[in-house]
Amino acid sequence: MTDEALKTTPLAAAHVAAGARMVPFAGYSMPVQYKDGVLKEHLWTREHAGLFDVSHMGQARLRGVSPLSAFEEITPGDFIGLKPGKQRYSVLLNKKGGVIDDLMAARPDDDGLFVVVNGACKDNDFKVIDNELAGQVTIERLENRALLAIQGPEAAAVIGRHLPAAQRMVFMDSRAMPGFGTNILISRSGYTGEDGYEISVPAHLAEAIWNLLLEDERVRPIGLGARDSLRLEAGLPLYGHDVDETVSPIEADLAFAVSVKRREARDFPGAARIAKELADGPSRKRVGLRVLEGAPAREGAEIADGAGAVVGVITSGGFSPSLGYPIAMGFVPPALAALGTPLKVIVRGKPQAAEVVRMPFVPHRYVRKI
Amino acid sequence: MRFTKDHEWVVLEGDVATIGITAYAAEQLGDVVFVETPDVGKTVKAGDGLAVVESVKAASDVYAPISGEVVEANTELGDAPETVNATPESGGWFAKLKIADKGQYDALMDRDAYETYLGTL
Repeated sequence: MTDEALKTTPLAAAHVAAGARMVPFAGYSMPVQYKDGVLKEHLWTREHAGLFDVSHMGQARLRGVSPLSAFEEITPGDFIGLKPGKQRYSVLLNKKGGVIDDLMAARPDDDGLFVVVNGACKDNDFKVIDNELAGQVTIERLENRALLAIQGPEAAAVIGRHLPAAQRMVFMDSRAMPGFGTNILISRSGYTGEDGYEISVPAHLAEAIWNLLLEDERVRPIGLGARDSLRLEAGLPLYGHDVDETVSPIEADLAFAVSVKRREARDFPGAARIAKELADGPSRKRVGLRVLEGAPAREGAEIADGAGAVVGVITSGGFSPSLGYPIAMGFVPPALAALGTPLKVIVRGKPQAAEVVRMPFVPHRYVRKI
Repeated sequence: MRFTKDHEWVVLEGDVATIGITAYAAEQLGDVVFVETPDVGKTVKAGDGLAVVESVKAASDVYAPISGEVVEANTELGDAPETVNATPESGGWFAKLKIADKGQYDALMDRDAYETYLGTL
């Protein structure tokens, strides 16, 4: 990072008033935790509803004659087949099939494609999109909008009091609708594995909407610390840690983001590498690990096989508040990626027993039909 | 009880120093989910890593405020790391050191000096 001043979201004052501990993240001053602390915030989200400020993320509209087909030039997803009212997870790919960023792209209305990208990557992402799709799409960055996420088993009931229409949405639906006295963009999605919504609102109304949602006793504010432990339990990769420009979607266990139609057409950046990995298997694979003894294995810890040879590295890891034991994600050769494979993680020089386990570590609770 | 700027506390009984982290440190760490205590017999110098405490989010080193030999470790923290949050300045102790140089203890902050130091943070 350069030493330029941290940016703030429209909710900065609300965070401080709520007792947040603010930390630098993606160039912004963001709440890592509130008074409850990471553990309680995590468990509250799993049991009730957690409210997250994710306004650091990059929101934009892509418009053009055919923005959906243009978007397929830089992603491996089926965007021509993206129906109005739906959202899709995808990845921006470089020429070598590495992931520039992961993102959500949606059609909440008829106004082109609405995309949400990672905060730390957004400037580069929009530069890449602008360069690669010059003449095909225009990008309007929605810097005057905040983004809130409400996640947890009680999120739908909370939102239903304000937005009855949102209760009729299912996972990965996206809508533009009137709400909270303004026009909002809302999707039924999130980054915790729970049911919930992500809501784009005008920046000048963000604090009022945030406070209104917090009036419901089922809702508490949740910081980035718990956001990270929640997404880890949900098996969801974090860009810049579990995925980067060297990692392909196949290696990252994101093959679902490479549509069947596009696999046959091989018409996306890095298609040769990705087709080869789909056919022959990748040289490394992102797996979930349960650490069976000792300390949590965190990012950077080495993974060793039974003979003690280093075979990979942990890319995310920590203590799972829901499960009560340490879990991690990391990359290992495919021969060591099968469920139940015994491995070691090296923490502070000590090998500790670990085992490849299924992800998500905690089952997703998405509402896929109503 | 004496204190360090790294928020460790020391209680000296004879030549045995009991070491833990302060209530302030425990509050800053958040919920402790794992504690690694040293092996009995290990010798440490002042400033060496003595224990590791882990919250959901991060691992933090606990440094030896005084040089000495580990004569006892609080292995009960293995099953009950939350004790560090509940009673940081009593039941949440990490290790007892047999020390040689009481001068290192005398050089640490007393409670008043530590409270004053906290006020500057």
